[in-house]
Amino acid sequence: MTTLPTKTDRKLGLVIDLDTCVGCHACVISCKGWNTQNYGAPLSDMDAYGAEPEGTFLNRVHSFEVTREQAPPMVVHFPKSCLHCDNAPCVTVCPTGASYKRTEDGIVLVNESACIGCGLCAWACPYGAREMDGAEKVMKKCTLCVDRIYNENLPEEDREPACVRTCPAGARHFGDLSDPDSDVSQLVAAREGFDLMPEQGTQPVNKYLPPRARDSLDMPDLASLCDPAPEATGFLGWLDRALEKL
Amino acid sequence: MHPAPSLILFTTLSGLGFGLLAWLGFGLKAPTGFAAIVFFGLGYALAGIGLLAAAFHLGHPERALLAFTQWRSSWLSREAVLSAATLAVMAPHAAASAFWGTPLPVLGWLGGLLALATILATAMIYAQIRAVPRWHHWSTPPVFLLAALAGGALLAAKLTAALWLMLALSLAMVAHWVAGDRRFAGSGSDAGTATGLGKIGKVRLLEPPHSGRNYLLREMVHVVGRKHAHKLRLIALGLGALGPAFLLMLPASYLTALLALVLHMTGMLAQRWLFFAEAEHVVGLYYGR
Repeated sequence: MTTLPTKTDRKLGLVIDLDTCVGCHACVISCKGWNTQNYGAPLSDMDAYGAEPEGTFLNRVHSFEVTREQAPPMVVHFPKSCLHCDNAPCVTVCPTGASYKRTEDGIVLVNESACIGCGLCAWACPYGAREMDGAEKVMKKCTLCVDRIYNENLPEEDREPACVRTCPAGARHFGDLSDPDSDVSQLVAAREGFDLMPEQGTQPVNKYLPPRARDSLDMPDLASLCDPAPEATGFLGWLDRALEKL
Repeated sequence: MHPAPSLILFTTLSGLGFGLLAWLGFGLKAPTGFAAIVFFGLGYALAGIGLLAAAFHLGHPERALLAFTQWRSSWLSREAVLSAATLAVMAPHAAASAFWGTPLPVLGWLGGLLALATILATAMIYAQIRAVPRWHHWSTPPVFLLAALAGGALLAAKLTAALWLMLALSLAMVAHWVAGDRRFAGSGSDAGTATGLGKIGKVRLLEPPHSGRNYLLREMVHVVGRKHAHKLRLIALGLGALGPAFLLMLPASYLTALLALVLHMTGMLAQRWLFFAEAEHVVGLYYGR
């Protein structure tokens, strides 16, 4: 049923630390690897060795430049995947019931055998978290590695999403965000974690942690160093003006 | 948004078909005999071709029946249910008018209301999407409803009604464009809120996540159409509504009515292409466009 549950028992999700992320794209690759070889239709590549290769990914890393006043600009690497929203617009638009949000842990999933590939859920998502697979023609999205986190055949340390497990910088955290005492909730509280596009009313479960304030050196005003040379006088000044007139 | 030919054909043709069926349902003097076969046949054919075009848009058309199940929550499912209900309810009225010369006004009215509800559901599929601010506005359903009713009136030879509806349609289109141009700025979403970094400074995309294209860019970040928006608006307004209205003011003849219909359909195709092509999705903020 594509109505949203009024309440979920838990809210499993990710906390992504924009201060720590180094933009290595390891999470992108491990996500693609796990989700191609395990649950659901594989994440295909189209024209993989041709002129215009492209593929289905459930997690992508963008890099942004933030220009600040009175401080040098910052580069922030920005991994983006499904935020498993409490008020997920992608779920309610689904005409077949293929999209659903689980009551037990809040994970938003697609039942691929009921997906007609209309693409409306991808339109409804403000974050671009859903991609139609070019080969299977069904909608693919982050499953929060639902086939890892409960998988008793895996060693306990591997029972977390592939992106979290692989992140070499420790920038990704997984846990229950409905429990105020959980590590992830405490991290969000301590670091003032925020929602992406709160004005879209989606109430995302995943949170992002802002870059920490950088140390500030007593830097000279860089712009002033770029000022043009002071006006020359005397012979050089005459030469300067004469050349200017040519 | 990507202006998929299947969706443009679907929304224009089935809109026109259901608009015609609505007029045939509400018609006080419903056509009978051969005329009924022609009129109802045209209505069913347009609606049917449109629905078929929509099915071609699906990745898995063989599962299309599942789309009838989620009418409680999904406008797309409601559209499927309402369109099927319209065609089913209207069928006895159409058959009785064509073969026995006795229209069934109760079923006709019910079918007419269902046809209007179908067009509304089509419009709501787009108007409900908050991530596309241009569509997420009250001015979207009037454009779809008036386009269907005006075109339907033209087909049903209700020429006075068609004239007034064409004029109303032109107003609705202009309102949708004027309001639409302010919607994205009014949505409050920008690169700052999309990344949450707006509090720190001005946010600009430095590197996209990949050098090639992807599904999201193809489907939701269509920038070509935005360039010619102004010209296409004039074409849509002139051919789609004002031109036909002018022709309808001339003394009625088959030629002017036919010409008005051709102009209207051409204009509506331009309008619908633009409806998709110029709509900006907020996901573009993550790609710097």
